[in-house]
Amino acid sequence: MKIAVPREVHAGERRVATTPEVVKPLIDLGFEVVVESGAGTAANFSDAAYAHAGAAVETDVKKLWDEADIILKVRAPEQHPDLDSHESKFLRKGHTLIAFIWPGQNPDLMETLAATGATVLAMDSVPRISRAQQMDALSSMANVGGYRAIIEAANHFGRFFTGQITAAGKMPPAKVLIIGAGVAGLSAVGTAKSMGAIVRAFDTRLEVKEQVESMDAEFLELKFAEEGVGEGGYAKTMSAEFIKAEMELFAEQAREVDIIVTTALIPGKPAPRLITADMVASMKSGSVIVDLAAEQGGNCELTRPGEVVERNDVTIIGYTDLPSRLATQSSQLYATNLRHLLTELAPEADGTLVIDMEDEVIRGATVIKDGEVTWPPPPPKLSAAPPKKVEAEKPPPGPAGERKKNTWGSALLLVLGAIALWGLGRVAPPEFMSHFTVFVLACFVGYQVVWNVTPALHTPLMSETNAISGIIVIGALLQISTDSVLITVLAALAIVIATINVAGGFLVTQRMLRMFRK
Amino acid sequence: MAPGIVTASYIIAAVLFILSLGGLSHPETARRGNAYGMAGMVIAITATILGSQVTDYVVLIMVMLIGSTLGVIAARRVQMTEMPELVAILHSFVGLAAVLIGFATYIGGDDHLQGAERTLHEVEIYLGVLIGAVTFTGSVIAFGKLRGLIDGKPMLIPARHWINLILAVVCIWLGTEFVGGESMGTGVLLLLVMTFIAFTYGVHMVMAIGGADMPVVVSMLNSYSGWAAAATGFMLSNDLLIVTGALVGSSGAILSYIMCRAMNRHFLAVIAGGFGTSGGGSGVIIDGEVESVMAEGAAELLREARQVVIVPGYGMAVAHAQNTVFEITKVLRDLGKTVRFAIHPVAGRMPGHMNVLLAEAHVPYDMVFEMDEINEDFPETDVVLVIGANDIVNPSAQEEPDSPIAGMPVLEVWKAGTAVVLKRSMATGYAGVDNPLFFRTNTRMLFGDAKQSLDAVLAVLH
Repeated sequence: MKIAVPREVHAGERRVATTPEVVKPLIDLGFEVVVESGAGTAANFSDAAYAHAGAAVETDVKKLWDEADIILKVRAPEQHPDLDSHESKFLRKGHTLIAFIWPGQNPDLMETLAATGATVLAMDSVPRISRAQQMDALSSMANVGGYRAIIEAANHFGRFFTGQITAAGKMPPAKVLIIGAGVAGLSAVGTAKSMGAIVRAFDTRLEVKEQVESMDAEFLELKFAEEGVGEGGYAKTMSAEFIKAEMELFAEQAREVDIIVTTALIPGKPAPRLITADMVASMKSGSVIVDLAAEQGGNCELTRPGEVVERNDVTIIGYTDLPSRLATQSSQLYATNLRHLLTELAPEADGTLVIDMEDEVIRGATVIKDGEVTWPPPPPKLSAAPPKKVEAEKPPPGPAGERKKNTWGSALLLVLGAIALWGLGRVAPPEFMSHFTVFVLACFVGYQVVWNVTPALHTPLMSETNAISGIIVIGALLQISTDSVLITVLAALAIVIATINVAGGFLVTQRMLRMFRK
Repeated sequence: MAPGIVTASYIIAAVLFILSLGGLSHPETARRGNAYGMAGMVIAITATILGSQVTDYVVLIMVMLIGSTLGVIAARRVQMTEMPELVAILHSFVGLAAVLIGFATYIGGDDHLQGAERTLHEVEIYLGVLIGAVTFTGSVIAFGKLRGLIDGKPMLIPARHWINLILAVVCIWLGTEFVGGESMGTGVLLLLVMTFIAFTYGVHMVMAIGGADMPVVVSMLNSYSGWAAAATGFMLSNDLLIVTGALVGSSGAILSYIMCRAMNRHFLAVIAGGFGTSGGGSGVIIDGEVESVMAEGAAELLREARQVVIVPGYGMAVAHAQNTVFEITKVLRDLGKTVRFAIHPVAGRMPGHMNVLLAEAHVPYDMVFEMDEINEDFPETDVVLVIGANDIVNPSAQEEPDSPIAGMPVLEVWKAGTAVVLKRSMATGYAGVDNPLFFRTNTRMLFGDAKQSLDAVLAVLH
């Protein structure tokens, strides 16, 4: 089948859906690849590089679409500025389009696309399960966005990120606050950290605390018990009290930090307003805010989507195309995500596409199948966070209940044991009872001593106990001197095997212990 | 030698035995502990021999010489990978000795015991022989399974629980007949029949237990051998035997408990046998791709890593790869990497098996960590090298509530950057459960014999 990669027509879009590097594995999968002339120019991939990798280069856009079976794009189809026609007009039945579609936000587009009879796979709808990580283009783009956000901030920030003490004076390190520790947030944390800044991060989902701390950044916590994990591991809307406490924290931080990067998004809703105009006003002059949620309305009240504005000497960056501003890297990642999806779609590697609606990943990504809208998919069987939560919540009652039962059980056992002992004491001769005392005490001594044995020495412990249980030889020693031949033979046999134990056990223990060294 | 001195010697020996086990709390004190144990044994045996009851020295010294020679040879020859077998066969000796001593005591029995004392004495003999007999055949079968002479798979006779129950009932009935019996002849016969039944029970019990449960079996038999010694002590009214038996018995019981907990299994369920057969195949169908890697690739991953954790399993023991493992460790450490070992409590075929193998290869024990000590470090680990381990690194234990191994504590190697798994094939582990770890995107499989693969990795690293 033929894969077509047209040039992105969205104003300012620099990314491209495949790279020369990825063309080769696609051809190995049995596909033919055709790239529109100039498609990769903005991302620094020349037509020649594509041709060298084995792709054909086509200048006629209509022909490109028409002859293809599969169309790979970054952005959803839109009005083509040069041809004066909507890209979806080029789609027809039998076509398979793979791109970012955002079906939830674009119902009109979905209708238009469905009307063409084509099949559409949305990269943004790939379910977030472990197996699909290789195809998770949202994460790839978020990663790039987070990185770029720090680069943009550094560009507009007048000082070093890292603190330095030089002959020309002392410079304090920049303080960076990242709000929302998703993929983009964590990427920003890592980038800012590696540039030497003091990094703090906040997220309503306490579970990401570990991830933040693993990157040596500080995780800001509210003294507040509410978990913010919604479906699929994304954040959810929080209660009024929580938001109030959160806003106080931000107001306090705003006075202190130099750079704020906000990445807070709630799926299907406008971005939450977290940074008010007052907070911006309270920031030090020269501070920078990068609002990664600008496209969804922005986390900062003063954000102007797509623009850089300056208010009260604070720069507010509202770019909505951060991944596109790092087009080479983004294209590489996106192309690789697409390749992984195509590998899934062509299991035989013979260049034919199999849309297996039983497969959870493919089912999730397919939003239109042969002109029929199949979005939204049935809820995923395994999402990123909920199983963990169930696991975390379930165990506590288990052990607690068990412990309760155990206390009762052991109390009952103790009582029964005592009764049995009294019963025994009534009939047993005193000599036996004294032996029994020794026995019970020895059991307890053994219990105490053995729990202290380090697990690394469990094998020597076994051979040691083996050796000392050879003490049974004493029983045989006491019996061997008799007139009865039978008894002597039995005892002699017992002595032989018990001494094997004694000698063998101690020596092998010695041998093992000699090997344990620092 | 006066009886008082003999008793005093026994007390000293008992104290020394307790100290010898106490010494095992740390590798540094362990050797001193072993020396205490030896001293205690020498004191006890010497005191007994010099005591008034022993007169026939010729036979005694002869048989003791034979026994010690055999013991020394066995201890010298045994390879560290064969430790579980040796321990198992030594258990069987204690069991057999208990049986023999029981018979000898009964046949040579003193007639002056009357009433309750006599009944009790007979009960003690009966129990001593019973426990000894079960220990004996159980350990022999365990030895055979560990050695590979007997198939490691659980042998499941239909209605096996009923058979066990019937055997137990018959033993109790024989016991009531035996105790208080008038004639010595009938008594010996009853004892013999019971011994035979106990032998059968020992065989049946261990035959029904699968290879992965061997650590539990070996520790359980260790415990039994202790109880057998204690019962012998009761029957001979010897406190030293009672103390030692109780020490060994509780030690084995604790080890069994630790092993069962490490597998999240109930002790009775292990004894009843048939692990992994009731659950059938796990209900989870794993789809995904297995990414394999060659020795060069694995070496490359190791070279790029900063934090490396090595997880050894039974496969390392089978391939005798522990020395190569340490060579690789040394190379990596010279390259400035942090290398640590993570040991799961049930890795291998007996408690602490992996520690001994690593110690044999001269791995310093402060590089070797228990599961609980290291499990939370996996997210910061770049490369985990899993050598011939399967069930102990299976994420299903945490993620699939209906998996047969659900709830078993496992080493969370999948949280590391990359897990390189050395394995001979894609076969399942002893639990018979598929391992989703192999299908993870951050897992690389290095197929082949562990020793050969590691040699190749080492060659590339050099």
